[in-house]
Amino acid sequence: MTSAYWAVDNSLAMIGRSLRISARNVEALLMAVILPIMLMLIFVYIFGGAINSGTEYVNYVVPGIIILCAGFGASTTAVSVTHDMVSGMVDRVRSMPVVGSAVLTGHVVASVARNLVAMVIVVGVGLAIGWRPAAGVGDWFAATGFLALFMLSISWLAACLGLLVRSVDAAGGATFAITFLPYVSSAFVPVDTLPSWLRGVAEHQPITPIVETTRGLLMGTPIGSSWWIALLWFGGITLVAFAWAAALFRRRTA
Amino acid sequence: MDAIRVHGIEKSYGKQRVLTGIDLTVPAGTVFGLLGPNGAGKTTLVRILATLVQPDAGRAEVAGHDVVSAAFSVREKISLTGQYAAVDELQTGYENLVMVGRLRRLGRAAAKRRATELLERIDLVDAGRKLVKTYSGGMRRRLDVAMSLVTEPPVIFLDEPTTGLDPRSRQQMWTFVRELADAGSTIFLTTQYLEEADQLADRIMLIDHGVAVADGTAAELKVRVGGERVELEFASLADRAAAVLDLGAAVTAFGELSLTVSTDGTAAEVRELLDRMDKIGATVAKVAIHRPTLDDVFFALTGGNPR
Repeated sequence: MTSAYWAVDNSLAMIGRSLRISARNVEALLMAVILPIMLMLIFVYIFGGAINSGTEYVNYVVPGIIILCAGFGASTTAVSVTHDMVSGMVDRVRSMPVVGSAVLTGHVVASVARNLVAMVIVVGVGLAIGWRPAAGVGDWFAATGFLALFMLSISWLAACLGLLVRSVDAAGGATFAITFLPYVSSAFVPVDTLPSWLRGVAEHQPITPIVETTRGLLMGTPIGSSWWIALLWFGGITLVAFAWAAALFRRRTA
Repeated sequence: MDAIRVHGIEKSYGKQRVLTGIDLTVPAGTVFGLLGPNGAGKTTLVRILATLVQPDAGRAEVAGHDVVSAAFSVREKISLTGQYAAVDELQTGYENLVMVGRLRRLGRAAAKRRATELLERIDLVDAGRKLVKTYSGGMRRRLDVAMSLVTEPPVIFLDEPTTGLDPRSRQQMWTFVRELADAGSTIFLTTQYLEEADQLADRIMLIDHGVAVADGTAAELKVRVGGERVELEFASLADRAAAVLDLGAAVTAFGELSLTVSTDGTAAEVRELLDRMDKIGATVAKVAIHRPTLDDVFFALTGGNPR
């Protein structure tokens, strides 16, 4: 058997491990299920009435909630990576003839899976409270694939952050930026309602093109150049985070 | 054939010197005990030998491969059981073992067979299907060690394998380590328990503040502190005084009612000593024979108690 075969087999073993652990981690599971529901209800019924988005607010906000949930999911991912560092699991694997990324691949795939579950819940709740998407089957597939790429890139970033910090507590805080960025974007309010200096930030950070593309696919609003800008962000974040994580994994000691 | 060869290993973290000029060799198939108090540098040395940390200076070979330039080859020949049981609480014992088997390139089917075998061996057949979070400390530790034995590597590192275990679990772990040694593995273990090194290791190295202060077999180290001692407790102060006059320079320590004398530990010598006390009319109330412990060794060689 070639080493490529074993690299894949090792990764599959670790993906299975992370998925099993995710499904048994009641706390994280509750977070993954309840949080999307709460966020949907809070934004639509509490903030929504006060925000003029030019349409029913629920029709505006769904992509933002999906992305916000993925941001919270990143914190779960960072925490579980840090936990492996602190518990000695990473040392165990590093002392074996194993490609280092297998452990992280496991965490990242489980992270994407959890985020997809959260997305299904957001869509379900959205439909139940009056969201009326304009998307056809093809648009749905495109939007799901697009968001899965987003989840993949921030999961690798979260894995990196998980390797960087020294304690499980710090891991939760390290992903703060990922959960905060959506607020300074077109996720919850139209960008042209922001003060001009903040508008510049909002227009040039990754969340805005991601939100605009998703909204375009699901609601039929114009996408323009957003889709390829978003894809560049995904590619860039994934490549940098993957390479960085692999290097950190080899060198880092808890 | 030496399983481990270490020459002039040095390691510092910032200004903190952790290891200074460590030299040692471990012949294949033997048990080596690295003994020292907390913070002596034991774990750092194990991590260097297990390829997790690079030394600042010096060379180390494990199973014939350099730990820095041929780290991957070393990893194929070793297993490491760290200080804290690195097991997944939210997997069962069985799942933990299968996972390691697959990482060790056994393939799915062989990994499952091996997991079942190992659960039997560590007496966790029933618990094997339960989540590890329901296990006791001893069960966790046994599973942890078993995870290191999935492919029976020729060199096994055990970093403080019994720290935090109750006496019964410690006994079980000792039996387990002896079985591994009997099966021909080279074992490098660290411990802060003097008795543990004495019980398990063929050779012992004592380290303190990152410096090797002594090494040898347990018996050799004990000789360096002076052999066995007989403590005689007398019936009265007058008896003790008479004995002091008679024994003179042979007395190595004085107690309130007792005297300590060096001995070779044979029955003949002890009998002779008691006969001699009889002859001078000094009544001996109690006799105790003390073997030097590794605590005594520590005290004699470092001038202090293990911290």
